[in-house]
Amino acid sequence: MDDGRLRETVLRVLGEVAPEVDVSDVDPGEDLREQFDLDSMDILNLAIGLFQATGVEIPEKDYRQIVTVDGCVDYLARTAGSS
Amino acid sequence: MAEFRMPALGADMEFGTLIAWHMAVGDHVAKGDVVAEVDTDKSVIDVETFTTGTVEELLVEVGTRVPVGTPLARIREDDSAPGSAPAAGGVAPVETAAAEAPPSPPASVGAGPPGQAHHRASPLARRHAKALGVDLADVTGTGPDGAVTTADVERHAAARDAADAVPAPSEESVAPSQTVVAPSPDLARGTPEAAAAPLSGADRQAALRRAVAASMARSKREIPHYYLSSDIDMSRAVGWLTEHNVSVPVTERLLPAVLLLKATALALRESPDLNGLWEGEAFHRSDAIHLGMAVALRGGGLVAPAIHDADTRSLPELMAALRDLVARARSGRLRSSEMSDPTVTVTSLGDQGVDAVLPVIYPPQVAIVGFGRIRDRAWAVDGLLGVRPVLTASLAADHRVTDGHIGALFLTALDRLLQRPEDL
Repeated sequence: MDDGRLRETVLRVLGEVAPEVDVSDVDPGEDLREQFDLDSMDILNLAIGLFQATGVEIPEKDYRQIVTVDGCVDYLARTAGSS
Repeated sequence: MAEFRMPALGADMEFGTLIAWHMAVGDHVAKGDVVAEVDTDKSVIDVETFTTGTVEELLVEVGTRVPVGTPLARIREDDSAPGSAPAAGGVAPVETAAAEAPPSPPASVGAGPPGQAHHRASPLARRHAKALGVDLADVTGTGPDGAVTTADVERHAAARDAADAVPAPSEESVAPSQTVVAPSPDLARGTPEAAAAPLSGADRQAALRRAVAASMARSKREIPHYYLSSDIDMSRAVGWLTEHNVSVPVTERLLPAVLLLKATALALRESPDLNGLWEGEAFHRSDAIHLGMAVALRGGGLVAPAIHDADTRSLPELMAALRDLVARARSGRLRSSEMSDPTVTVTSLGDQGVDAVLPVIYPPQVAIVGFGRIRDRAWAVDGLLGVRPVLTASLAADHRVTDGHIGALFLTALDRLLQRPEDL
């Protein structure tokens, strides 16, 4: 998956995790927890959604790397690349 | 014949708008089935029936706004003998007719909720009555001035279930000319209103705010709160959780909140006077532990639906229940039993970064448990200073029901339980 596809996937999953948020309005560099008031349940659901979409399992200790859209894309690109 | 009535989905609800029927005349429904959708202004709730039987008649059209307690449909119970219905039986006893008489049409301006206005009972007792399918007219009140209490309703339901028979004769002596005891003026007035256009997001927001305001103001006005807090060393719980979460697939990971919920439920078993409802000037302990989970809605506002029987569920079951409940709370798909059943509330503001919460009790409950964030703190053990993940647990409880001693025992039990996460 290239970065564009990954970004699309991340935004789709984000939209599923928090249907109330307008993902077209997202600032890719800003912390999602502050931007959209996401909590630990949402971050876990994001990790589950990304796993289901890409097969990449993000360990708990790496959650802090997926709290922005850019962070998610980088993480997935890096992990997919190394596997 | 059982009446399916507009339920009170929270102590503050007075009206509801029927949005959709999920049953039609002739359908067979079972207890727990979602049979209607009701807009409480705050949100749309899937309403379950407490009756198993066949739908005889739908009394209210979709789009109609009616007071809580208004009969919406009639359901013929499976085990009710056909001959007992007045029409089929020919000579109907007066009592039965009174108990089963068709409700006055909702257009009767100035009347209370049909079938209820002449029976003194607290809103909670009414809710219990609805939940148990009991007609208040059938219940002998033992509360102040003969008012029907929750205990009366439960006693009546138990006797009825034991007899497995038609409802008992009505008690005409129950406060014949009195109006209801506690409900707000609007409820007593009980005039149905024409359907309004669906509420906008802003309207809903405002309604939700008003509801929170009303119940929190009532809480602060009526409940003498006392507050306790305790710092809990979470090293064992966090360590256990981390280990668990690396050993299972991402879909089976647990959140710290699940350990806190289970420990809270188990600790409440040891302090049962914190678990129950205050109504009719008395505390009614609940055997079941239904944890109301305070869920912040992203647009603002708060709901606290129940996780039923939290003390009996395994951690994975609680996690699944929590995930499901939070998702439905935020998408506005809660069920009526979740709205009306909580016996105590838990609020966790750790994700928002606060250290401790001094919460406000949600009436008619008598306690609320608060959790802050788990943060690293200097912690002395056996004279040695170390760094430990620490959580501040707090309790606000109703001084009419318990004293600080009971509250302290609860927090101590909570601490003890969290030191053995593998046993939760």
